[in-house]
Amino acid sequence: MTGTTTQSRLSRNRTRSAWLFLAPMLVTLAIVAAWPLGRTIWFSFTDASLDMMNEARWVGIRNYLEYVSWGDGQGAYYGVLADARWWRSVWNTVMFSVVSVSFETLFGLVIALVLNQSFKGRGIVRAAVLIPWAIPTIVSAKMWAWMMHDQFGILNDMFETVGLISKPIAWTASPDTAMIAVLIVDIWKTTPFMALLILAGLQMVPRDMYEATKLDGIPAFRVFRKVTLPLIMPAVLVAVVFRTLDALRVFDLVYVLTPNTDATRTMSVYARENLFDYDQFAYGSAASTLLFLVIALITIGFIMATRMDLEGENS
Amino acid sequence: MKPNFWKRTGFYALVAFIVLQAIFPFYYAVLTSLESGQALFEVNYLPKKLDLSNYAGMLSQGVFGKQILNSVFVATVVVIISLFLAVTASFALARIRFRGRGLLLLTVLSVSMFPQIAVLSGLFEVIRFFNLFNSLWSLIFSYMIFTLPFTVWVLTTFMRSLPIEIEEAAIMDGASSFTIIRKVFLPLMWPAMVTTGLLAFIHAWNEFLFALTFLSTDGQRTVPVAIAMISGSSEFEVPWGNIMAASVIVTLPLVGLVLIFQRKIVSGLTAGAVKG
Repeated sequence: MTGTTTQSRLSRNRTRSAWLFLAPMLVTLAIVAAWPLGRTIWFSFTDASLDMMNEARWVGIRNYLEYVSWGDGQGAYYGVLADARWWRSVWNTVMFSVVSVSFETLFGLVIALVLNQSFKGRGIVRAAVLIPWAIPTIVSAKMWAWMMHDQFGILNDMFETVGLISKPIAWTASPDTAMIAVLIVDIWKTTPFMALLILAGLQMVPRDMYEATKLDGIPAFRVFRKVTLPLIMPAVLVAVVFRTLDALRVFDLVYVLTPNTDATRTMSVYARENLFDYDQFAYGSAASTLLFLVIALITIGFIMATRMDLEGENS
Repeated sequence: MKPNFWKRTGFYALVAFIVLQAIFPFYYAVLTSLESGQALFEVNYLPKKLDLSNYAGMLSQGVFGKQILNSVFVATVVVIISLFLAVTASFALARIRFRGRGLLLLTVLSVSMFPQIAVLSGLFEVIRFFNLFNSLWSLIFSYMIFTLPFTVWVLTTFMRSLPIEIEEAAIMDGASSFTIIRKVFLPLMWPAMVTTGLLAFIHAWNEFLFALTFLSTDGQRTVPVAIAMISGSSEFEVPWGNIMAASVIVTLPLVGLVLIFQRKIVSGLTAGAVKG
């Protein structure tokens, strides 16, 4: 009898201390994440500006979409959802995410397969592969901007030597190639992350699996397709989702490598320009809110689809 | 014998290409940083001379030194605060059963998916409210949004993997939860804490959007923004030598960390993600 009461008092004590331990973190997250998010959404329904945030008044969905009649039976739509530049930046973001994540997965898979072999100097190769990941995005952007310089860039020099191009390309300045430039730098920088996640999945494939196929004389490519790929698929999928969510909010690289061009402006860049450069605080907040909605939907879909083990019951 | 030889050559060629593409841009940045004057505008693949004038130029401007210190200060304090908050929180999440635990972890995890831009306008208001605009504390404060969820997540996964027996004796002795954390868990958690601390440090050191928005004067800026803002008097006078020297200065410590703590960083990056 006494045993059970002390037990329950003990567990009640522990539950109380749990909340005590969680409180500082939860309060911090509430102030830096939940509250600001709520305020951003609120601002998107007001006429707030940078200098007059406190006097912001509710204006409904005007920042998103509004039909203004000119009185003679004609009119026009205004708001983020009616802005061609917004839709262009949505397109840019989606295009950027799909292309960069696809290439990163492909290259990441190749690098992971290489690193999963045992060979001399593997440790050094793995360290070298990590370097692009460790370099700050801004530094990568500047390094590549210099390499892609139209007159003195080493990239044009290489391509001309090999005969790939006949005259220098203004990689970052020309609207035709600006997006390609952004993609090259992003793929270069983020492939290591992909490779490591896939490598971790590869290393969980039991070795005996390969021994067995080797004995049976099954060709390597078939082993990869029929044995390895299905086994690492979960790891690859998680990596793809993480990277996609990351790619959808891309900001620094685009902002620094190709500033101010319709060809590469992404949703984050569009929002930030309106918030702080054009003094359209409420309008920019509306764009931020839309981006948040997109990412939230994908995240929720992902969590539901994988039914993550959050309670820790299976561990 | 023959097909094997070609296979091995092909494999090592692939390895060589992987290494080359990974390190070449940084190598080229170092090379450019050591050139000045006319040499800068000739494409060289190998270093011709060692000219340190770009480094001298950057470091003699007092403001760049100050900006490096700003970055060191912000990243260090961010690591200390987020580790402190995360250790206690993840103890509760990993070792104590209570209602709503899964939902709570889900909430914390979903914060790490927040696009920074979505909180930017709200956070700007909060920072003005606390009078932190143009103060380094605005960054320390706002960086919690990405360091905390990540540290909590990784440390929780780590603590869950420890067997229940290790704290049983302490519970029997009637030790308080705080004592259990300090005496039982902390000694075991150093590896995980070094890993998460490193990743949080790198993340804070590299952050750009908040630093661009919440700081307004040169002397307060952190290095990523400082580098992004180095410019010449015209589009044709961009001081590439200086930019590359500054880039190398802020990147070398990170490359060093990666080479030394390679294993820890890899395990930290893949923790959580693969387990899910």
